[in-house]
Amino acid sequence: MKYMDEYRDADAARRCADQIRRLVTKPWKIMEICGGQTHAIMKFGLDEMLPKNITLIHGPGCPVCVTPVELINKAIEIASRPDVIFCSFGDMLRVPGTHRDLFSVKAAGGDVRIVYSPIDAVALARQNPDKQVVFFAVGFETTAPANAMAVYEAHKEKLANFSILVSHVLVPPAIEAILSSPTNQVQGFLAAGHVCAVMGYTEYEPIANKYRVPIVVTGFEPLDILHGVYMCLKQLEEGRAEVENPYARCVRREGNVQAQKLIRDIFCVVPRKWRGIGEIPQSGLGLREPYRSFDAETRFGVAGYTVEESSECISGIILQGIKKPVECPAFGTKCTPEHPLGATMVSSEGACAAYYRYRKIKRDT
Amino acid sequence: MNPANDFALQCPLPLRDYPVITMAHGGGGLLQHKLLENLFWPAFQNPLLAEEHDGAVAVLGDKPLAFTTDSYVVRPLFFPGGNIGTLAINGTVNDLCMCGARPKYLSAGFILEEGVSMETLWRIVQSMKSAAEESNVQIVTGDIKVVDKGKGDELYINTAGIGVVEAQALSPSRVQPGDAILLSGDVGRHGVAIMAVREGLDFETTIESDCAPLVEPVMKLIGSGVEVHCMRDLTRGGMATTLAEIARKSGFRIHIEEKAVSVAEGVRGACEMLGLDPLYVANEGRFVAFVAARDADRALSVLRSEPSCADASLCGSVLAENNPIVTLKNNIGSTRILDMLMGEQLPRIC
Repeated sequence: MKYMDEYRDADAARRCADQIRRLVTKPWKIMEICGGQTHAIMKFGLDEMLPKNITLIHGPGCPVCVTPVELINKAIEIASRPDVIFCSFGDMLRVPGTHRDLFSVKAAGGDVRIVYSPIDAVALARQNPDKQVVFFAVGFETTAPANAMAVYEAHKEKLANFSILVSHVLVPPAIEAILSSPTNQVQGFLAAGHVCAVMGYTEYEPIANKYRVPIVVTGFEPLDILHGVYMCLKQLEEGRAEVENPYARCVRREGNVQAQKLIRDIFCVVPRKWRGIGEIPQSGLGLREPYRSFDAETRFGVAGYTVEESSECISGIILQGIKKPVECPAFGTKCTPEHPLGATMVSSEGACAAYYRYRKIKRDT
Repeated sequence: MNPANDFALQCPLPLRDYPVITMAHGGGGLLQHKLLENLFWPAFQNPLLAEEHDGAVAVLGDKPLAFTTDSYVVRPLFFPGGNIGTLAINGTVNDLCMCGARPKYLSAGFILEEGVSMETLWRIVQSMKSAAEESNVQIVTGDIKVVDKGKGDELYINTAGIGVVEAQALSPSRVQPGDAILLSGDVGRHGVAIMAVREGLDFETTIESDCAPLVEPVMKLIGSGVEVHCMRDLTRGGMATTLAEIARKSGFRIHIEEKAVSVAEGVRGACEMLGLDPLYVANEGRFVAFVAARDADRALSVLRSEPSCADASLCGSVLAENNPIVTLKNNIGSTRILDMLMGEQLPRIC
């Protein structure tokens, strides 16, 4: 398939891996931010193509993993109401709140629907004027423009029965949080290509400067990732710390200006709680004043909910790259996608789930 | 942020043992398997059920007969490449074929929702008639029930079928190390076709379901004298789930080559977009056959001589390794495990 097979070519991948091998003179640790990249790395076995002294650390770029439990509880509370049609992307339905998940709400008679775009939820609001339609607006900068567009349209049409439960998070504050942690081990980053397609990469430039880390805008196909790793290692070996963009077929330095304007018009930057990490200042998006009436938390009176999270699982240590999923004593035994102990095992994009699903057979076949 | 609490990422124990039935229990994955294992199989236990096959084979008098049943609740009722009626006939016919049986008689039970249009019902019944004729089966008994408006999704169909077994016993327990695995054609079309209509996804070309009867290719394969050990159609849960079930039951490792698994371009595109793996997407006219290694090439040419299986391939083999897993060698040269999913695949956020 065009624009896909070219980037999954086995010979080209091997050549790229050879180049990396020739380049590297010492051990390095690189973090890929995005869960989608983690999955591609595991699915295609890219980590095994790299020299042994190169470690890929799997970052917190999975929206499901970082959405706090209390927000899931709020979603469940709202979705359980008889007057509500609750719309969500598919993979949020299996994420557990304190007592149950959205699948259980559906089984108990709640009107919970999987949609593919927030605009579909706006259409549902139009078609069901006697119902409250709520969209679960989670994700990084990637999903923000579509969610902003949904609010914009609902506002334009004066759809009083539409609202969103917002849990948007931003990548740059997460990178800064990782870099300023005293136990940080990450020496270079692969920035998430689709986030940069929206936001551009100017906001990474001050981070690269301040912390002296290379940041390489990277796509999602095997060759994209290997090439991103190569460029990142090249900077590390040469002692440079810049933002580079080998994913130019999708990303421009300034990003998608129109999408950014839409995000700015509808949302403002707010502090956000990240699952397991706690609150990071200026790390998320919330609805701006003229649109605040579309905020489901206020509309349904669930804004005050908080939940204390316990800490049995070591996924925090995994996200810092101090340990790999397979080094966790619970991995694959006590903790599986069927019996997950942590968020990273719940989501299809979580690092532990990726390791589990795509764990490789050492033996040659 | 308190530095001591940095990255204490965790989450509470997700639900596995739901106190009620959820949609995931019908997804053909682990949750459904657990439901069978913990609730149904212990209650109904008997040697025929324990085979965990698509149908049961019992000897009555001197004839081995295959018996199977399936219910059809597909939404929308009509989709490119078929409708609930063609599915109801072909699905049950195919389950009989997978037992090595020539399908003979079917029953059809209809649960109709008050208000469903007579024309809809007529069109579906006419398709069932044609599908039955195509596979040379007769619908010899049936039932109609009507439920209140809002208590059903227009209509549901259950069919059961009986066939006469013409092959040696086919079962996952007969799968042996060295067996070659044949795949009857491209995978993933039915699931994507349904999803595209259900969700109003427009692709440049319409993706048609692969819904089709398997009588001809299967009977030809059996009649050719090829030593077949096991056959399975790749319905709910797709190729990966089917193979995972066979590996579990046989006790041997199954190894598949991704380059031998064909996926139509439109299906690949849709799956990429939705974050789905075509290996886990349902089919309604595809099957795998485990045959003795020495017969592999002959079996392949027999299958390919059938127009519906022209793209059949040798997609893998059974390894002499007592490890009941399925592994896939991908095009880039690495190998990964194909596990059973919890329930249905869920489209990803981004």
